[in-house]
Amino acid sequence: MQKLVVIGAGMASGRVLETLFETDPSAYEVTLFNAEPRGNYNRIMLSPVLSGEKSFEEIVTHDDAWYAGNHVTCRFGEKVVSIDRERKIVTGKNGELAYDKLIIATGSSPFIVPVEGRDLPGVIAYRDLDDTNTMIEVSGDREARAIVIGGGLLGLEAAAGLRLRGMEVTVLHLSGHLMERQLDEAAGFLLRKDLEKRGIEVMTKASTQKILGTDKVEGVELADGTVLKADLVVMAVGIRPSVEIAKQAGLAVNRAIAVNAQMQTSDPDIYAVGECVEYNGTLFGLVAPLYEQAKVLAKSLLGENDAFVVKELSTKLKVTGCDLFSAGDFAEGEIREDVVLRDPALGIYKRLVIENDRLIGAVMYGDTSDSNWFFDLIRDKTPIAEMRDTLIFGPAYQGGSPLDPMAAVAALPDDAEICGCNGVCKVKITGAITAKGLTSLDEVRAHTKASSSCGTCTGLVEQLMSLTLGDAFDPNAVKPMCGCTALSHDDVRRLIKAKELKSIPEVQQELQWSTPNGCAKCRPALNYYLVADWPDEYADDYQSRFINERVHANIQKDGTYSVVPRMWGGVTSSKELRAIADVVDKFEIPTVKVTGGQRIDMLGIRKEDLPAVWADLGQAGFVSGQAYAKGLRTVKTCVGTDWCRFGTQDSTGLGIRIEKFMWGSWTPAKLKMAVSGCPRNCAEATCKDIGIICVDSGFDIHFAGAAGLDIKGTEILGHVDTDDEVLEHVVALAQMYREQGHYLERIYKWAKRIGLDEIRRQIMKDHAARRAYYERFVFSQKFAQIDPWSERVSGKDKHEFQPMAELEFAQAAE
Amino acid sequence: MTMIDRPWIGIGRIEDIPQLGARRIEAGYMTIGLFRTAGDEVFAIEDKCPHKGGPLSQGIVHDGCVTCPLHNMVISLTTGETQGPDEGTVRTFRTRIQDGEIQLSGEDLAAAANAVRAA
Repeated sequence: MQKLVVIGAGMASGRVLETLFETDPSAYEVTLFNAEPRGNYNRIMLSPVLSGEKSFEEIVTHDDAWYAGNHVTCRFGEKVVSIDRERKIVTGKNGELAYDKLIIATGSSPFIVPVEGRDLPGVIAYRDLDDTNTMIEVSGDREARAIVIGGGLLGLEAAAGLRLRGMEVTVLHLSGHLMERQLDEAAGFLLRKDLEKRGIEVMTKASTQKILGTDKVEGVELADGTVLKADLVVMAVGIRPSVEIAKQAGLAVNRAIAVNAQMQTSDPDIYAVGECVEYNGTLFGLVAPLYEQAKVLAKSLLGENDAFVVKELSTKLKVTGCDLFSAGDFAEGEIREDVVLRDPALGIYKRLVIENDRLIGAVMYGDTSDSNWFFDLIRDKTPIAEMRDTLIFGPAYQGGSPLDPMAAVAALPDDAEICGCNGVCKVKITGAITAKGLTSLDEVRAHTKASSSCGTCTGLVEQLMSLTLGDAFDPNAVKPMCGCTALSHDDVRRLIKAKELKSIPEVQQELQWSTPNGCAKCRPALNYYLVADWPDEYADDYQSRFINERVHANIQKDGTYSVVPRMWGGVTSSKELRAIADVVDKFEIPTVKVTGGQRIDMLGIRKEDLPAVWADLGQAGFVSGQAYAKGLRTVKTCVGTDWCRFGTQDSTGLGIRIEKFMWGSWTPAKLKMAVSGCPRNCAEATCKDIGIICVDSGFDIHFAGAAGLDIKGTEILGHVDTDDEVLEHVVALAQMYREQGHYLERIYKWAKRIGLDEIRRQIMKDHAARRAYYERFVFSQKFAQIDPWSERVSGKDKHEFQPMAELEFAQAAE
Repeated sequence: MTMIDRPWIGIGRIEDIPQLGARRIEAGYMTIGLFRTAGDEVFAIEDKCPHKGGPLSQGIVHDGCVTCPLHNMVISLTTGETQGPDEGTVRTFRTRIQDGEIQLSGEDLAAAANAVRAA
């Protein structure tokens, strides 16, 4: 077998290997070097990783199993130091390796502006996962400020991601408007306005003079003398091809490594692919041509004939909510005509550039739904004279009545490009759907690669699926609640209200459950929905509750239980502690532990002992801490103005007041809160479901934080002046969540689904709506605030705690 | 007393178990879970999940199955077998109801006791 050595495990070389293994897995024995200590991942998806919308695992293209399965020897984290073309050997840090064919895929390195201070810690580029992780780390500090140098694609994606992570962000851009290589001035202006709306500051014509700081970065000084504070500086001014190794080896290198149409360098046994190559004087930075090159290279390796052709390129920005598109050439010229459409109210701008009866360039902002159609006109050089008058309105207005979007997709020719990143055309997708019987988007992605890179064509791919599969494909296919029904959580919640369904059997009957009694997934959900929607009428079904909520304690791995009494706001006393100590001694409780929510947990209690334990705790004034509940758990507090020299308000008192008001309420998932007396935030309110930060002028209400499987800082709901207002707003927010949340959906997931702005509108701005939520909560509390422990001490559900029978050993065994 | 004299052992009344609920029986050598379905059938299986030993009697009862409270394994009450892709079986005991009294098979109890003793 021939030896193939690949230098660089990026997206381009990854695609070469994929194509190679698909076509002829036994042609080469492959060794893959990578300077980064990991394999191939989808680098263009680092932006969603930065913003927290995706995890790194989700963007890995080739995992260890893939490399192992294809017998690739991986030398990750090892830089190649030289190539000896005479002996056909590459030298890595850990030794030499012979090759028959060699691929250089060293990519590019970020361009660092050569100013003073560029080496300070805290000055980074935005290129790989390590850079992304550095940014995520720094953004964890809430008051941190970031400066992004460069207002191009990459810089803006970095800025948007850092802003979503809660940082103050300023973008410095040398040119007069953002993304000047892709956008004209008008579109650049709209983009700037949209970014500013998101709280990103943009400074154009800003030339960086030096970076300030002694041990780490502290700020940036501009040419005009302006000094800006910064804890993080991200350089995103451009890239340059990494060609050192090729140069050293004596290959032909201009601005990048020169290749022919077969991707061969000046040495016929050495190929190059990706951002490090130059073909016909052109450099490449976007993914689509790289994949095209990769395909050609793989064929060349297998002795097949193919040639790389430079194609027209289009650009889209991956910042959620900023729709922009640009393609072709849109510089003004004497023989060129412009067609421009503006709708300032909707923030829409479209510009078409026409030359000699052909569309040669397009820039769109705000509405890019027809961009693929325009792109095809540019690429195919279609004559446009006949539709010149209505061209800018898009394909829907070309002849006859407007087409619906489905018909527009149906009308696309078979070779229309759907996925620009992977170069997948319409017929390849529809063909794969039919031939392989694909029914889900994930399957289509797996088989065709369409929509699997940047994801902006997902809508189109879904439309193609609808077109091909008819009713069998529903892009909005909702996840059913469980295997017992086809209905989603939303549908079930809506129908419970609309049809006034008031018991679990009624819901199952009316909504046509496919199982007689439901299952362990849907029953607790239905029970919660009914408790939340009909607090006065619904009789709680204990057999549909998880054991913890049925016996009001937390089951442990050995079948014993743990018990957590409520300590309002985390405050306790010698009397309470003494009572706990006595209970621990009396029942020989093996472990006593302080919880994360400022409570005391007693672990290892036998089920039979629970009522007696509660009786003793009740004597000391304790009620259940509901540490087991999908309901209000704890309100953590700090000591506030009572003791703290920094305290601005009575945070302890406020926390206790909220807890006493809200205890006993059931919620879709657990609800944990905290009140901090000042922005130093000792009660850690900014990772809670709902948190309050006291400030001199009043109270900042936060919500939708998480510190479990996911880690997420809170969002700000708003500012209020008095503690009465805090209570009303917090209670209203909790009630809105109670009424809309899916069972087991934490508040941050609910908020993401509903939209932060909508929640702010209803709770902060719509006073009537807020008041109504508040009152519905107060009403439901009438039926909820009954201490479950004292009920059971008085004999309720006695059967739960006693075995039904005890058999003598002799009675059974002979 | 021998098994031939007492092939069925009474252990309580059906109304002692909530519908779609369960109770425990302490047999000394093992704990047995007693389950009542929506259709008032009663099943007895060892109260120990084959996965991590979770107390099945504390789970949610639905149709002919119980979902373990620890990690959501679903166990058939009739066969004692784990449902779905998971594997494992728990011991089952025959039951019958005579005039509202639940009776357990003495033969099955003895077999279980002997199996525990042998192990």
